[in-house]
Amino acid sequence: MSATFVGMPPFPEAARAALGDTQLRQNLAHATRTIRDKRAAVVAEVDDWEELRLAGAQIKDRTLGRLDHYLLQLEESLQSRGVSVHWAGDAEQACAIVAKIAKDHGVDEVVKVKSMTTQEIGLNEALEAVGIAAWETDLAELIVQLGDDLPSHILVPAIHRNRAEIRQIFLRSMAAVGRPAPGDLTDEPAALAAAARAHLREKFLRAKVAVSGANFAVADSGTLVIVESEGNGRMCLTLPEVLVSVVGIEKLVPTWSDLDVFLRLLPRSSTGERMNPYTSTWSGVTPGDGPQEMHVVLLDNGRTNVLANDVGRQALRCIRCSACLNVCPVYERVGGHAYGSVYPGPIGAIITPMLRGVGKDAATDALPYASSLCGACVDVCPVRIDIPEILVQLRAEVVDAHRGQVPKGKDLAMKGAAWAFAKSGRLALAERAAGLSGLLTGVVGRRRLPGGRPAIGRLPWPASLWTDARDLPSPPRQSFRVWWKATDGGRVPQTPPTRENPQTSPTRKTQS
Amino acid sequence: MITCLNDAMFPETGQAVVRLLKRLGVDVEFPVAQTCCAQPMVNTGYLDEAVPIVANFVDAFAGYDAIVTPSGSCAGSARNQHALVARRSGDPALAAAVAATAPKVHELSEFLVDVLGVEDVGAYFPHKVTYHPTCHSLRMLGVGDRPLRLLQNVRGLHLIDLPGAEECCGFGGTFAVKNPDTSVAMGGDKARNVRNTGAEVLVAGDNSCLMHIGGVLSRQRAGVRVMHLAEILASTEDVQ
Repeated sequence: MSATFVGMPPFPEAARAALGDTQLRQNLAHATRTIRDKRAAVVAEVDDWEELRLAGAQIKDRTLGRLDHYLLQLEESLQSRGVSVHWAGDAEQACAIVAKIAKDHGVDEVVKVKSMTTQEIGLNEALEAVGIAAWETDLAELIVQLGDDLPSHILVPAIHRNRAEIRQIFLRSMAAVGRPAPGDLTDEPAALAAAARAHLREKFLRAKVAVSGANFAVADSGTLVIVESEGNGRMCLTLPEVLVSVVGIEKLVPTWSDLDVFLRLLPRSSTGERMNPYTSTWSGVTPGDGPQEMHVVLLDNGRTNVLANDVGRQALRCIRCSACLNVCPVYERVGGHAYGSVYPGPIGAIITPMLRGVGKDAATDALPYASSLCGACVDVCPVRIDIPEILVQLRAEVVDAHRGQVPKGKDLAMKGAAWAFAKSGRLALAERAAGLSGLLTGVVGRRRLPGGRPAIGRLPWPASLWTDARDLPSPPRQSFRVWWKATDGGRVPQTPPTRENPQTSPTRKTQS
Repeated sequence: MITCLNDAMFPETGQAVVRLLKRLGVDVEFPVAQTCCAQPMVNTGYLDEAVPIVANFVDAFAGYDAIVTPSGSCAGSARNQHALVARRSGDPALAAAVAATAPKVHELSEFLVDVLGVEDVGAYFPHKVTYHPTCHSLRMLGVGDRPLRLLQNVRGLHLIDLPGAEECCGFGGTFAVKNPDTSVAMGGDKARNVRNTGAEVLVAGDNSCLMHIGGVLSRQRAGVRVMHLAEILASTEDVQ
């Protein structure tokens, strides 16, 4: 995969381009609605869903509160079962560790289980740079890789593609990297899956080294867990001789019984299934069965920064289910690429700025603003992450990071408004000025809103940000506070305003 | 609490609230020192700038039994975000004042149904209406079906279900101008759902969202007007 998120434009600009892609809009609207409805149906079946969510949040919080303890326990459990444990502070270290293991075994290719963490660290690109091909084996990741594309969803990375596009990608790209797609390939899902299966099978059978992430790591038993739908993960975890798993330090759960809660929360939240088709667990090396050499790379890469953020810490509860993406009205319309981040959607808008740090580049600083704060994500999050609360916190961090610099127009606008809002006399003055401008537009303009109120049409920038696509009511000549004074709160009658034209009633006498 | 937007742009909504509450026997005051709840600053990240506004808010509303506002969003801001601003100020007196004021803030439909205990406010509005539950009233406050129960008791009113009602309209405060393209894309889908109901009036509990959806509908020449819930509830056979 040579495509990259680096250097992409900030969200508002990237979103504009995405919104104009009609095929993308169709694909996303259809796919997100389908998964959303499936999720809602299977969640409604569970009587104690809210208790499960609470339990999930509490287990994660308890674990994160003693992360140092559980990490050392996990290391000890893994080592006692014959697993080599590596610690990586950042992406570069993690990639170097994986590359060295692969080099030590003299291979020029590895097979991969779908893994957000390895995407986060850019592992495929790092391996490619040292001459090792990393083959994605998840169907959607394969589509993305063959299409020289970027994933746009955590769970369904090729959600932006429909089956006609997938057929084209298979026909065009499979032959260059392995078994070609059959010449008579149709866009039937079964035919596409069969082509992928045949293409991948030879890679599974040939690969000596596999790379995975992990959905969970159980501290007391030293068990790693992968939850998947296609069985490609099971192939990667059992056929190769060497297995390297890159695991974010927030993936820990203390015990097997804690794991139970998440194995019930995750499938219903992510794919909308009662149970996922394949759940693989492994606790170290078993002689004569499966990989005989196992490595675990424990990755920080900014996670301890998130842990240090009082409000943002709860984001580390995330189990990467994608329910927040599927329900997000912004994500549904712009898709994942516009976020310019491996983690898109609402969770990406909080995780990415915290992992990268704010105040450094415009693209990262735009992410906390890529939300209308509608709160739909909070309702569906299986571990109850209050995403809007974190978005607001991160917006404050973005603003604070730029304090002391030359203020921009938006800063001045906000400071000016805040100045007017601090005293009612200032606000009244501003309203009077607006009322006069309303009078002007009422006289000059002929536009009327449905119902008859005078309206403002197109205005130059920056008002165009509103008026390019939306009419705006003309400010009324009489604000509420002026009406209140003029009529003593409605006790003194005045010419009754009509609903259509409340601003036309003559009440100039109280203006000060 | 009339809210800054209603004060400056939609005085008819504030007047309707006054008329409605007086009709129901409530002693209504408008503390003229009030300005804004500071939500635009808080939700855009300008916490320092929000501090004097919240200080003004708690001063203006000190001593009242109930603070009623025709906005789910501003009620949510006062109830859920003022504590955050007080923490930022580091002023324990402001934190104490916020803790005293915040629980007294009620969105209009909450106040009518929960405090006054009325669902039939004696209103008359003979029109086809569809209702959009705004995100903050729905998810931050949890007003539930209170507005719908109030509307169902309005004589002459024909209430039509809005498809995809609980999806955000795309206003989102400064989101509407920071991400105008996405905001309008969301607003366009909302407007389409509104048009498909065949209703002549779209009603909601927040004029901010209505200004956005209404602006899209108006630009489309859709022939659908937007009205605040308070204005419908204030309408009678005599006063409309």
